[in-house]
This record gives sequence, structure tokens and C-alpha cells, in this order.
Amino acid sequence: MNDATLIRKSLFRKKTRAILLVLSIMTAFLIFAVLGAFSRSLNSGVDTAAADRLVTLNAINFTLTMPYAYWGRVAQVDGVQAVTHASWFGGYYQEPRNFIQAFSVDMESYLQVYSELEPVGGELATLFERRDCAAIGADLLSQYGWTQGQRIPLNSNIWRKEDGTQVWDLELCVVFDAQDQDVPTNYILLNYDYYNEALAFNRDQIGWLILTTGDPSINDRVSQEIDALFANSPAETKTSTEAAFGQAFLEQLGNIGLILTLVIGAAFATILMIVGTTMVMAINERTKEVAVMKTLGFAPPRIFVHVLSESVLLSLVGGLIGLGLAALLLAGVGTMLAGQLPGLRMTGVIAGQAIALMIAFGLVTGLMPAINAMRINIVDGLGKE
Amino acid sequence: MLRQIGAVTMINLRSIPQRWGMSLATVLSVALVVGVLLGFLAMANGFRATVDGTGSDDVAVVIGANSQTELNSGLGRDAVRLIEAGPGIAVDASGDPIISAELYVIANGRKRSSDTDANLPLRGVGENAPSLRNGFVLTQGRMFASGSNELVVGEGVLREFAGFELGETIRLGPNEWRVVGIFSTGGSVFDSEIWADLGVIQNLYQRTGTVQSVRARLTSPEALAELQAYVENEPRLEADVSSERQFFASTAGGTSNVILFLGWPLAIIMAVGALAGAWNAMYASVDARTREIATLRAIGFAGFPAFVGTMAESLLLASIGGLIGAGVTYLVFDGVSASTLGGGFTQIVFSFAVTPAAIISGVVLALVVGAAGGFFPAIRAARVSILKAQG
Repeated sequence: MNDATLIRKSLFRKKTRAILLVLSIMTAFLIFAVLGAFSRSLNSGVDTAAADRLVTLNAINFTLTMPYAYWGRVAQVDGVQAVTHASWFGGYYQEPRNFIQAFSVDMESYLQVYSELEPVGGELATLFERRDCAAIGADLLSQYGWTQGQRIPLNSNIWRKEDGTQVWDLELCVVFDAQDQDVPTNYILLNYDYYNEALAFNRDQIGWLILTTGDPSINDRVSQEIDALFANSPAETKTSTEAAFGQAFLEQLGNIGLILTLVIGAAFATILMIVGTTMVMAINERTKEVAVMKTLGFAPPRIFVHVLSESVLLSLVGGLIGLGLAALLLAGVGTMLAGQLPGLRMTGVIAGQAIALMIAFGLVTGLMPAINAMRINIVDGLGKE
Repeated sequence: MLRQIGAVTMINLRSIPQRWGMSLATVLSVALVVGVLLGFLAMANGFRATVDGTGSDDVAVVIGANSQTELNSGLGRDAVRLIEAGPGIAVDASGDPIISAELYVIANGRKRSSDTDANLPLRGVGENAPSLRNGFVLTQGRMFASGSNELVVGEGVLREFAGFELGETIRLGPNEWRVVGIFSTGGSVFDSEIWADLGVIQNLYQRTGTVQSVRARLTSPEALAELQAYVENEPRLEADVSSERQFFASTAGGTSNVILFLGWPLAIIMAVGALAGAWNAMYASVDARTREIATLRAIGFAGFPAFVGTMAESLLLASIGGLIGAGVTYLVFDGVSASTLGGGFTQIVFSFAVTPAAIISGVVLALVVGAAGGFFPAIRAARVSILKAQG
């Protein structure tokens, strides 16, 4: 019988107890991994933001527009490599509850600024030439089961055409996707000219500008110069990095980070108490056994390592089952929510963090019992029932 | 039998201090589970209470057809005139219809909690706006003067956002605005809004002549159908009419459901973890008293009292945990102010509400954990063989 067998045998000597502990450790790691994936997906807009990409918004609020001419003026600012514009379309398909994210953009410059987007179907030339051509993200395409080349009517819940209707007919000429799975592709891009020429009101206005500087160190200077350009005009601007804007938008929902930390903290505090006290008790029960082992010549450090390994093993068994369950759950929910929460899946980083936590958790819960076991006095221990 | 049950239960309960470590772990783990559940319920209930508490049945809200929210809507001067002429609208002392045409736009406010910009609703209103909100009172200062760059802000805005104190100036676009009053509508959604003169806001936002919603005081809640029929049959009007209560109720569901859909599963998964803890603690309790129980059997006690004693111990520990969890959550979270993005794409300020119904849910969850955790150990206790008395 080697040490590993000994550890395994002692861990599962009381089967029910071991199974219950595994179950409770499993729940904490299930919660950790699932919430970690949610938080990652919510933050994907911040994490995938390019460091040298800036957004220029109306200073009063980003829902307000600015004149089309701003596009050309920002392009002149020293340090701006490429600049494009986008406008919120407020799209829905057939029923208002089938909300669809859609932006009216200038295709060529948009795909230049968002260089991570790659066409995976259709001809870019057609997209640039034909006004009613639209580009659709791969995630959205699969969510609605559409095919490339299909025509769809896209309603707007904001914009009205001069003819009184609120629907734009689009051909899904190009499908785009991104190498990085975390880049959201759950939206439609339609040609600005096609949208703008039909508008009944707010014509020749754009929603916001997106630009690249090529060098994050000049971001601040470029931002200030752009905003100075439009100071004291009816549409003042505010330029910030894409990441800062994404972060501020997330904060609008509330302090999600704090909520997640509290929940994960509560889950771990629960199992820490349960597993910690149970381990202490389990080793106490074995006082006599440990004394016998010591009599047989097991050195105290070896006993210390035994007990610690036992608790780490327990933590790993429970934690890995929880991690596995989380992966299954996320695989199921991830495809269902691809439209709302892009990139919701188990990642290597989350798994790595979880495994590190399992080992740490095992060490923490095993430390006290291991010290106790090491200190057991043979004479007293043998006398105990 | 009853005396036996009573005696065994007392033995169980009095022996809890001998196993204080595991008992305490059980109590605290149940408390944490209940705390997490109540935290989410308090958030969902608080948000729902704010939105559901907004709007009355005898105020009609008219917005542009298919726009769903005021933000997306647009109504021209002619539309307002046509609505004014509609049936079922109450009139004031001088015979004018009580209606309020309003422009709903968004301005940035600095959120105190995160120090980031967030969407605040800026409502351009006329003189009838306060009388169309039940319970409207100015708690500080005065109403804005017509045609001026003055604002009144709701209490919720003052609480959650920086720089809106009475007398402060705020920059919106190229203009400076002064806060001249603070109003309250008793905790409804309107407390999260900023109000200013309609004409001035129309100019600032380049929306001269258009509004986004029209509110009308109805002669009675039943008059709504009359007004709806009129708007539907008027070809020059492309608009949707609903009662103000319906209007807000339709936007409340989403957010509070999301909170509930997160809260319950999390609490249940955590409860499974705590259940394992309780189960373990009770097995330990039964194991520690095996000889005791066997001795009782030997002197004529039945198995059932041993079962009840163990169950009682488990339920007691769990319910103490549940009550601690509920109590702490109530003290820490009840009334805490927070804000989130609501249906109108703007911040809605609400207060966490730990309701009695939520506390009952929490205690029930705790008892379920206690009962399930105690059941199998209790069966083991009932089946202890008399031979064990010899140890």
C-alpha cells in the first residue's frame, strides 16, 4: 500500500460524508465558473476593445446625434488614421419584441476601423456598391436561421421614412465574423446612404464616430483636439477610448462586479465552513489511527502531507465535477443566448483560475487538521477511543 | 410517546454545544444561502415596486405608433391638437382639457456609485405636468420659470447622481442650467427624472414643434377605451394609447424577471451545498450519540422519538440560520438605494425592499434545507440497534 492509496482510502472511509463534501464543493465551483463566464461575456465589449480606438459621442448623451459634416472634420485631425461613423437604427424583425441590433454605417470605412471583422461569405464589392445590401454578423444570422443573400424587411422603432413607413428592405449580401470568439457578431450593418435618403426627419445626422490613432499614447491629445473642434457648437462632443465607453455603459446596469463578488464570496464562505469543520472532525476521529501510524514509524511531516493531500484531493474531485457541470451548462445556454451574451462559454482562463482555487481551498481546509494530526502524541492518541 | 419525544428532543438540543463547530457551520451556511436569495429578491421587488407604483388608471399616455417607449416616439403639433380634441379627457375649471405634451430626451448624469456617466431622463414639460402626477410635491425650492434655463430634479436623481443639489449649475451642451427645485412623487419612476420647460428643451435638442408623448387626465378609467377608439379611427393620427399604469407595467417585467431568474437558481444551487453541510452535521450528531440512543432504546424508548429528536435538531439549526440570514439581509439591504437601466433606456432609481413575502420564502428555503438534511440521519437514529449500547 503506497501513500496515494492510503490517502484515497482515508478520504473515502466514510462514503456518505465524502460524497456530501464533494457535492457541496461542487456547488461552489459550479457557481464560480458560471458567474465567471457571465461576467466575462458582459465585459467582452471592454476586453475586445482596441487600445488605439476612440469613440466620439454627443457630449449631452450618446443617444443624441451630430451633423454628418463632423466625419470629414475629424478625419483632418492630426493623428487620426481612420475614422468612420455609425447610427443607431432601433431595429426589429416583424414584431417589436424581435429586437435586432442594427447600425447605419459607411461600409468601407467601418470595416477599415473594425479590422477584426472579416467577411466569410459574399462579395464586399457588391456591399459597397448596392445601397440595399447589408452585412450581417454570423451569430445573428444563425440565431434567426437566415441565409446569405436572403432579403429581409427590417423595421425601425425610431426612424420614419418620408413615405410614412418604418421599414427598410435589405439583402443580406455579406456575412461577417471575427477570429476572436469574444468579438460580438450579433448585429446588422446597413448602408448609411440607403437609410439617410429615405428619412422623414433627422436627415444628414450621424450617431457617433469611431476612429483609430495607431498609437495609444496620443489618444488623450487626439481626444482633446476633436472635442475642442466642436466646443460651443449646438452638438458638442466627448471623445473617449472604446474601452472606457464600454465600461461606462456596463456601469449603467449597476455594480455587477460587486454583486458577482458577493455571491461567489458567499458560496465559498459556505463551503469553507462546512468542509473546514468536517475535516477537523474527521481527523479527530482518526487520532488513534494516526498514533498507530506514528508508532509504526511514520514521520510527522509525512502525516502532515497525507492529511493535506487528502483535503486537496477532496477539493479537486468536487471542484472538477463542478467545473465539468458548468462547462455543460454553458455549452447549452451559450448557444441559446448567443444574441444577448456573446462569447458565453467556458474558457481556459476560468478553468485555470478554478483549479488554482481548488488547490488553495484544499490547502486552507486541510491545514488545521494536518497540524493537529502532526502534533498527536502517541501515548495520548493510543489511549483515545 | 409524546413525553418520550419531548425528552429525546431536549437531549438533542442540549447536546448541540458539544458539537458547536459543525452546528455553527450549518447555521452560518444556511444564513448565507438565505442572505443571497433575499438579496436578489430585495433587488427585484424594489425595482418592481418603483415601476409598478408609477402611473394611474385615469391618466392616458399617447406615444407614436410602434415606438414602445417615449424615447423612440415622435408626435407633431397637429397630432397634439388632434389628441386634445379627443373624447374622454377631463377639463379644468376654465374648460381647457387637462393634457401635457412632453419631450423625453436623455442627458448624462454622473453616477455617484461608479463616477461614470449614465443616462438620465430630461423631460420637457408644460404647466399641467405636475397635476398629471399623483402625489407630486416640491420638497425644496420652487418650480422652474417658463422659458428659462432652470431645472427641477426628482429626489431619486439627487440621491444617486452628483451635482444636482439645489442651486447648482449644470452644463448641457453649450448652455448652463440651474437647479431651482427638488420634487418627489412618492418613490415612483418620475423621481428619477429631471424636468425643464418644454420650449427650451425643444430648442436645445433641435426638436422644435415635436413632442414625444402626450398625457391626458381621463374623466374616468373607463374613458380610456373611448379615447383609444378615437385615435385608432383618426387617419391623421399614428399613435398608441394606453393607461399610464399599463404603460409602465409593460416595461417593468424584463429587468425584475432577469434578477429573479438569476437569484433563484443561484440560491438553490447554494442551498444544495448547505444541504450537504447540514446532512453531514446531523450524521455527526447521530454518530456521537449512538450509545446514548441505544441506551434509551434499551430502557424502552421507541425508535420514532429518536427520529423526531434528530429532525428537530436539524430544523432548529436551519431555522436559526434562516432567521439570521433574513435579519442581516434586512438590516444591511432594506432601503439601500440603487439605480439601473430601465425600460426607457434611462436610469431608474429604486430602493431594495426586503418584503415579508421574501422573508417567508427565505425561511421556507432554510426549513427545506433543514428537513432534507435531517431526514436520513434521523432514520439512522431511529434504527440504532440496542446492541450498540454496549459500545
